[in-house]
Amino acid sequence: MTTTAQSVDVQANYSENTDLENQYLTFILSNEEYGVDILRVQEIRGWESVTTVPNAPDYIKGVINIRGTIVPIVDLRMRFGMEQLEYGPITVVIVLKVIGENRERVMGIVVDTVSDTYDVPEDSIKPAPDFGEKIEVNFVKGLATINEKMLILLDIDQLLNSGELNILD
Amino acid sequence: MGIDLSQFHETFLEESFEGLDVMESSLLNLDAGDSDSETVNTIFRSAHSIKGGSATFGFDNVATFTHVLETLLDEVRSGDRDVTQGIVNALLESVDCVRSMLEAQRDSGDYDEAQVKSVQNRLEAILGNAESNNEVTEAVVVVEEKNSSNGWLIDFKPHLNMIQTGNDPVRIIRELESLGVIGVKANLEKLPDLDVMNAEDCYLSWEIELYSDVGESAIREIFEWVEDECDLVIKPLQTEVATGEEKPVDTPAVKIEIKPEVDVLNKTDEPVANKATPTRTKATGEGGSIRVGIDKVDELINLVGELVITQSMLGEMGQNFEPSNIEKMMDGLSQLERHTRELQESVMRIRMLPISFAFNRFPRLVHDLSSKLGKKIELKLSGESTELDKTVMEKIGDPLVHLVRNSLDHGLETPDIRKAAGKPETGVLHLNAYHKGGNIIIEITDDGAGLDKEKIRAKAISNGLISESEVLTDEKIYDLIFQPGFSTAEAVSDLSGRGVGMDVVRRNIRELGGAVDIVSAEGKGSTITIRLPLTLAIMDGQLVRVGKETYIIPIVSIIESLQAKKENINKIIDHAEVYKLRDEYINIVRLYETFDLVPDSTSVNNGLLVMVEGEGSKIGLFVDELLGQQQVVIKSLETNYRRIEGVSGATILGDGTVAMILDVPGLVVISRAKTNVNEDKVA
Repeated sequence: MTTTAQSVDVQANYSENTDLENQYLTFILSNEEYGVDILRVQEIRGWESVTTVPNAPDYIKGVINIRGTIVPIVDLRMRFGMEQLEYGPITVVIVLKVIGENRERVMGIVVDTVSDTYDVPEDSIKPAPDFGEKIEVNFVKGLATINEKMLILLDIDQLLNSGELNILD
Repeated sequence: MGIDLSQFHETFLEESFEGLDVMESSLLNLDAGDSDSETVNTIFRSAHSIKGGSATFGFDNVATFTHVLETLLDEVRSGDRDVTQGIVNALLESVDCVRSMLEAQRDSGDYDEAQVKSVQNRLEAILGNAESNNEVTEAVVVVEEKNSSNGWLIDFKPHLNMIQTGNDPVRIIRELESLGVIGVKANLEKLPDLDVMNAEDCYLSWEIELYSDVGESAIREIFEWVEDECDLVIKPLQTEVATGEEKPVDTPAVKIEIKPEVDVLNKTDEPVANKATPTRTKATGEGGSIRVGIDKVDELINLVGELVITQSMLGEMGQNFEPSNIEKMMDGLSQLERHTRELQESVMRIRMLPISFAFNRFPRLVHDLSSKLGKKIELKLSGESTELDKTVMEKIGDPLVHLVRNSLDHGLETPDIRKAAGKPETGVLHLNAYHKGGNIIIEITDDGAGLDKEKIRAKAISNGLISESEVLTDEKIYDLIFQPGFSTAEAVSDLSGRGVGMDVVRRNIRELGGAVDIVSAEGKGSTITIRLPLTLAIMDGQLVRVGKETYIIPIVSIIESLQAKKENINKIIDHAEVYKLRDEYINIVRLYETFDLVPDSTSVNNGLLVMVEGEGSKIGLFVDELLGQQQVVIKSLETNYRRIEGVSGATILGDGTVAMILDVPGLVVISRAKTNVNEDKVA
């Protein structure tokens, strides 16, 4: 339940903070900290079982029902080709609003755990180097250092409209 | 204190559009020669309400226009004026004008003012009370410059024996009508008393005013066959008017009375064809409102009342709960369930509209197109009261128009070709709708030429859709016309024949969860059958389990479910499995294979087969277990994800989990494709 409370806090801060564009929600994936634009986060919920989708790539875990809408769930570890982790009590699903070419979609991503929220000044975001094949540079908006820690800021529109998730397919 | 009238605009516009539809269909009835007073009254009433409403709401252009319209209608109503084809046509065009003006009002757009003006002038000319405003004077000038082409006055006096020679005066007058607008006056003077009348004699004579710029020879040609059986005088209309008038010839009043009419009539001839297109393309607001019959609302109120009673009964039982009450409670719950279901059905019925809403546009379409194409077509409508979901209705409108146009354009032949083929000159186009199971079936039947299989085949080969050696069944050949980019029309007309159409039609229908088939007999006609679900939102589903997953099969597509008997299962070559059900062999689809799941058992022997039908053929779905049946609310997967092959949507079960709804026609196609692959392997 703490996670839901957190999301409520985030919502409450919206109206007061004027630098919203630079706020990021971070989560952990294989010991690295990744960030997504906090304005895109709709809610954070615990992992629950999903309904599998026939003939979908393995990183699409399936779909769940969020208040009457069918929302697909993407396992980010598998999407990035990392080794799988057993889902546990702290495994969470971050539900995001993804903007595609001509429509908005709602999707969930499975991550190891949620970490924190940070203000990241625009000018401290550095372009990402080439990561090799596993993570396409397109998916990464940039890197930032906060409190001596490196954050990988993801471009979720690129990430969640790529491959099998592409609308045009 | 001022009242904001704009809040009523929407209602007014909606009612006016309905009024226009009524006017249009009534006018088309008049067109058929049936000018009974009730029809005229209906038209008059609609025009009158539109006029009154538009004046109230300050739509002056509409009010002025409909005023002229109303005046003319009033004369017709009171019997001062006979209904002629010319008047009906002018009235039909006025309906279009009013509609375009109201549409412009609704969409805050523009309408073709010149068009409206010209139709209004024409109405005024018919009325003969043209006000001497600028436009009219201009029109006179135009005519004078042209200095010809006014029209003709034809004095047609058949001899007594004309009918006996096999000539029908009505046919001649109809033919004259094809040259332009005509006004016909019958002379009844010679009509004898009934007791001395010989039914085979022609006692009538006619004075026909033809407004057209055709030459005298064209008119003579029409009378060619009866020249010897009648006295015929053909005079230019102008001279007749000039000499016939008592007033001095040059009075402007006289000129205005006749000439603008002639001019306008001539002018309108060509714009008529193009006119409809710009106004019709305006988007119709899909939101809108529904008119619901009071009986349906009453039924809802009754049901809600019962629901409240059941609820309070259950509530009381819950408060003073005793174990002995449990049976009563179960009864209450089942009552609650029944009421909920009834309530749901009633609510769904509110969305249902009779299909006449979609059919109503066709009389006009057929009327306009048949004269344009020079074909004689009779339109038959049946099953108009069949009800259909509003959303489905809105989406099926355009595909239907397309199919009807196709039938008119390609299917039905011109009268001379029909005659040569030994068929009646008038072709019949039949639109029929009826319910079958949970579907609505719409049939479009014509008795035209039918599909030319050879031509379709040749075209498909030249388009690379099939190879030359391919042997196709009739159905597969007909299926080709639904392929993208396919058209066999030799000449591309503005009606159809561009080859973008049938594939779009099929796609639209499939998107609605329906199917379209065509059956044709060469030389005898074709029937296009559209099958659509009654509603998009809710359906009855059979829950089945495959491995750990639950799927839903639409009950309407299930024929039966059975335990497979080993001896009835046959393997064809390596992969394709068929099940012998009575006298049929049915392809078996192993759902766990299609969806890549781990099932309880991979052996069909003694397994469960659900026989389903889609796309015109049957398949047997191999599942692990049959669960319950329930009504499911259909949710789109595409909102947040994408289309999945073999799945038409998803729903949320009682426990909050998601279950996929199987797309039976899709599975049939997949199974066919798979069988084909296997056949290819063998070959």
